[in-house]
Amino acid sequence: MGISNIVFLVVFAIAIGFFTRNLNRIIANIKLGRDIDRSDRTRDRWKNMFRVAMGQSKMTRRPVAGILHIIVYLGFLIINIEMIEIVVDGIFGTHRFLASVLPIGLYNFLIGSFEVLAILVLLACAIFLVRRNIIRIKRFWSKEMTSWPRTDANLILVFEILLMSAFLIMNATDSLLIAAGAEHYTTSFSNPISQHFQFFFSGLETSTLVFIERFAWWFHILGILGFMNYVLISKHLHIFFAFPSTYFANLNPLGQFNNLESVTNEVKLMMDPNADPYAAPPADAPAPESFGAKDATDLNWVQLLNSYSCTECGRCTDNCPANQTGKLLSPRKVMMDTRDRITEIADNKRKGVEDTKALLGDYITAEELWACTSCNACTDACPIELDPLSIILDMRRYLVMEESAAPTELNMMFTNVENNGAPWQFPASDRLNWKDE
Amino acid sequence: MSELQVKTMAEFMAEGKEAELLFWVGSAGSFDDRAKKITKAFVQIMNKANVNFGVLGSEESSSGDAAKRAGNEFLFQMQAMMNIEVMNGYNVKRIVTTCPHSYNTLKNEYKGLGGDYKVQHHTEFIAELLAEGKLKITGNLNGTKITYHDPCYLGRANNVYDIPRELIKSLGVELVEMKRSKRKSFCCGAGGAQMFKEPENGAQDININRTEEALGLKPDIIATACPFCNTMMTDGVKSVDEGAAEVKDIAELIAENIL
Repeated sequence: MGISNIVFLVVFAIAIGFFTRNLNRIIANIKLGRDIDRSDRTRDRWKNMFRVAMGQSKMTRRPVAGILHIIVYLGFLIINIEMIEIVVDGIFGTHRFLASVLPIGLYNFLIGSFEVLAILVLLACAIFLVRRNIIRIKRFWSKEMTSWPRTDANLILVFEILLMSAFLIMNATDSLLIAAGAEHYTTSFSNPISQHFQFFFSGLETSTLVFIERFAWWFHILGILGFMNYVLISKHLHIFFAFPSTYFANLNPLGQFNNLESVTNEVKLMMDPNADPYAAPPADAPAPESFGAKDATDLNWVQLLNSYSCTECGRCTDNCPANQTGKLLSPRKVMMDTRDRITEIADNKRKGVEDTKALLGDYITAEELWACTSCNACTDACPIELDPLSIILDMRRYLVMEESAAPTELNMMFTNVENNGAPWQFPASDRLNWKDE
Repeated sequence: MSELQVKTMAEFMAEGKEAELLFWVGSAGSFDDRAKKITKAFVQIMNKANVNFGVLGSEESSSGDAAKRAGNEFLFQMQAMMNIEVMNGYNVKRIVTTCPHSYNTLKNEYKGLGGDYKVQHHTEFIAELLAEGKLKITGNLNGTKITYHDPCYLGRANNVYDIPRELIKSLGVELVEMKRSKRKSFCCGAGGAQMFKEPENGAQDININRTEEALGLKPDIIATACPFCNTMMTDGVKSVDEGAAEVKDIAELIAENIL
C-alpha cells in the first residue's frame, strides 16, 4: 500500500464519518416532531415510492424540466456504480478493478454508458443553469428565493458539471496512457465519449498525462465525497429524502383533512351525558398538547421530513392561486421556513442557546396562512408529494383554537354555525323554504 | 315550474317508510338565493326520474367544512357528530349532494367519526340516472359554447373530472377547455373558508383571474358544479364583462333539457 492509498483511506473515512454524523443530526431533528402513524398500507406505500420517486412520474408533467431531470437522476444513479471501482482502486492501488471481476463485454458496456450519461448530465446541468440565470424562469426568482437559495442551486449545478468533466478527463488521459504503454495503465476500456476529448491532451509527456489523470481521479472522488456532505446542508437533500417522503406520503384523497384526535376526545366527552363535568385529570397525566402548530416542533415528523426533502423547485408556488394573484402566501416558503426553523431549534438546543422565536410569527405570518384557499394545487403539483397544505392547516388551527385569532369575518361565521347551524345568519327552521319559493 | 316533490326524513319515518337516499342540501343550497336555484333544478331532475329521496330539512346543520378549513376543528367535529347522530338515527346509507364541499367532508372526513355513507356528488348521481335510462336528454343546446370550471373539492380533492364533462357533452354542446383545467384547474377563490372573508391583500382577486381565463374562450356559458364556484364566477363575470356569459350549474343545464 502506497502513501496515496493511505491518504485516500483517511480522507474517505473522514468524509463518511462527517456524513454519518450530520445525517444522524437531521434524522434527530425530524424526530423532534410529533408522532403520526404512517405504518398502514405498506404495499401502497412501496408502490407510491417506486412510481413517484424512482419512476419520476410527476416530474414529466413539465416535460422540459422533467426529461432533463430524469437524465441527471439516471446519471447520478448509474455513474455511482463507478464509485465502487474508484474506492477499490483508491484503497488497493489497482487499475480499473471492475474489469478484473466483470466479463470484459459488460465492463465496456458499463463504462461506455457512464461516458454517454456523463456528457448528457453535463449538458442537462448547463441547460439548467441557463434556465435559472439567463432565461430567469420566474419561479426561480420569486421573493423567497433570496441569495442563498439561488447560490445553493447554482453551486450544485456547477459541482455536477465539474464532476462529470473530471470523469471524462480521467478517462481521456487514461486511454492515452494505455496507448502509450505507461506503467500501471494496463486495462483498456471502451471510451465512446472521452476519445473525442483526447486531442486536448495529445502530444503531452507521459508524466504530465499521469499528473492530469491522477488529478482528475482525485478531483472526481474528493468531489463526490464533498458533494455528499454538501447535500446535507443544502436543498439538494431530496436525492435521499424523496424516497422516504413518498413512502410516508398522505395516501388519502387530497380533500380529506385529518380529524384531530385530541379534539375528538374532548367533543365525545362533551356529548356524553354520563361524563363527569367536574372530573380532574389524574395527577400524573402528561400536559396536554396544544391544538395545532405554533412552532416547528408542534408539527409531525412527516411534515418535518417533508421540509428537509423540499428542493425548492417552486412548482407548488407556481400553481398556488393565492400566490399567482399577488398574495403573500407561498407554499414553497412554508416548506423552507419549516426546515430553517426546525434546524434552528435543534442547533440552539445543541449549543444551549436560549430560543425565543417561533415558526408562527417569526417565520410565517398569519396573513400568509389566511390567504390559502385549501385548493390542493400545491400538493398536487409537488413532484415528490410533499404537503405544505397540512402545515398551513395546523397553523390555522393554532391561531383559531389556542389564540382565538381568526379574522373577524371568520369569527362571525363560527358564531353563526354555533348558533344556527349555518355559516350565515338564517334559522334552521328556514332550511326548507326554497321548496315553496 | 311544476310543483317540487320533497319529503323530509322525519315525514318518511312518520309514515313508517325509509327513503332510498338522503339529499344533503347544504347551507348554501338552503339559504343562498343563487344556490337555491341549483337545489331546485336538482330536485326537478330527481322528481322526473322518480327518485325516492328525503331531505333533513330543519334537522340538517352545517357540514362543518368551512369551520374545519378555517382551523376550527372543535366546531367541525361538533357539527359532524351532531349530523352523524341525526343521519344514523334515520339509518342513512346513501347521500347525494350538490355541494362538493359537503361531498368531500361527508365522504372522507365523517367516516373517522362514526358516519360511514356512500356519498355521491350530484353529477355522479345524474350520470347514473342517465345510464340506467331513468332520465332522457331531449333538449338541444346545439351551437352553444360551454367551458367547465372544475371545483377544487370535486376535481383535485376527489378526482372527479370526466363525469361532469360527459354530462355537458351529452347536451350536444361545444365544450371548450381552459388551459388550466382538470388537475391544473385554477381555484375560484372561495375554498378554505375564503367564501366567508375578504381576500388578503394582493394584486388581483382570484375569481377575477379565473373569470378572465374563462371569458377568454368566449363561451356562452361557464358551467360549474359547486354553489361557491358559481357565486365566485358570477361575481367575476359581473366585474370583468357583465353579460358576457352565463354561469350555470350542470344540474340546471340538465334540468332544462330533459323530458
